[in-house]
Amino acid sequence: MSRAGATRSAEVLPGFSDVADYFALLKPRVMSLVVFTALVGLVRAHGDLHPFLGFAALLCIAIGAGASGALNMWWDADIDLRMGRTRTRPIPAGRMPEGEALAFGIALSVASVAMLLLFTNFLAAGLLAFTIFFYAVIYTMWLKRWTAQNIVIGGAAGAFPPMIAWAAATGSIGLESVILFLIIFFWTPPHFWALALLRKDDYARANVPMLPNVAGEHETRKQILIYSVIMAVIGVLPTALGFAGLIYGVISGVLGLIFVAFACDVWRKERGAAAQQAAKHLFAYSILYLFLLFTVLLVEGMYK
Amino acid sequence: MAAAKRKKGIVLTEQQQRTRRARSIALALVLAGFAILFYLVTIVKLGPGIFNRSI
Repeated sequence: MSRAGATRSAEVLPGFSDVADYFALLKPRVMSLVVFTALVGLVRAHGDLHPFLGFAALLCIAIGAGASGALNMWWDADIDLRMGRTRTRPIPAGRMPEGEALAFGIALSVASVAMLLLFTNFLAAGLLAFTIFFYAVIYTMWLKRWTAQNIVIGGAAGAFPPMIAWAAATGSIGLESVILFLIIFFWTPPHFWALALLRKDDYARANVPMLPNVAGEHETRKQILIYSVIMAVIGVLPTALGFAGLIYGVISGVLGLIFVAFACDVWRKERGAAAQQAAKHLFAYSILYLFLLFTVLLVEGMYK
Repeated sequence: MAAAKRKKGIVLTEQQQRTRRARSIALALVLAGFAILFYLVTIVKLGPGIFNRSI
């Protein structure tokens, strides 16, 4: 299973990587989003979990997310080497042997699932184990290099954290946690395809079949718009189904409309600097959208 | 000369020594953190029941 040869890691002595390199393996920026969305799931669940156990559960989810990141970087070192955005990661940059990232990822995966089982319940631990498996094996090893729908299906891995936290707090999967899952699930394709439009050449060099490279930019822009509309509608579901209040309903409606407006812009502007700019705006706004939506859900959940 | 070198084994550079030390300290802190976490979780989960056991 070794992917040596694709990277320069053969020169690295095991055991001499920087602490910062181990930290980078955890994909801290992805982890921060995972922790935040999981926190929202935890708060909104209103379960009878002790606050400290809630904190411990979030820590387990964070470690599990980090473990998936490390396993992803181990498997994708050859792709990372060929892309400008990822070339400086610890393995392709030659600062860490591949085996060490693999061991680190497996150790953290086992530890996070075992701890979540001890601290909370079987359902939450099972969901976390499934999420790590889904991201590291189904997405990273299989879908990413095989189909242009890679991030659509793989997006489920990023959508699970609020559901895991919900399960940790209540021992069950409520309909509201399914809605939170769906919001992130339908948010992922427009978010990543906006990036894929900007990094089309990078993905082509790395032989990753992203939608713009396989189906063309025109089709990608259309798909972005379709997914954005679905996402905007699901965004207001918490209020429509009576889980969230009117304030959330109004804010999510407005934020969703702005999202669709940005997606329309991407759809209309197909060429030149304006097209690049539109994709950049959508990518940046998509992060803000998810952050604001979940912040409102969090605040509402705290004062409910 | 060669024999003397072999006896010495691998000699770490200053940079490698620094890296290893930082790694050891980080590992120690993480392990201590886990010990504290497990202690606190035990107290929270068992609470006063921690004394409630047969002899």
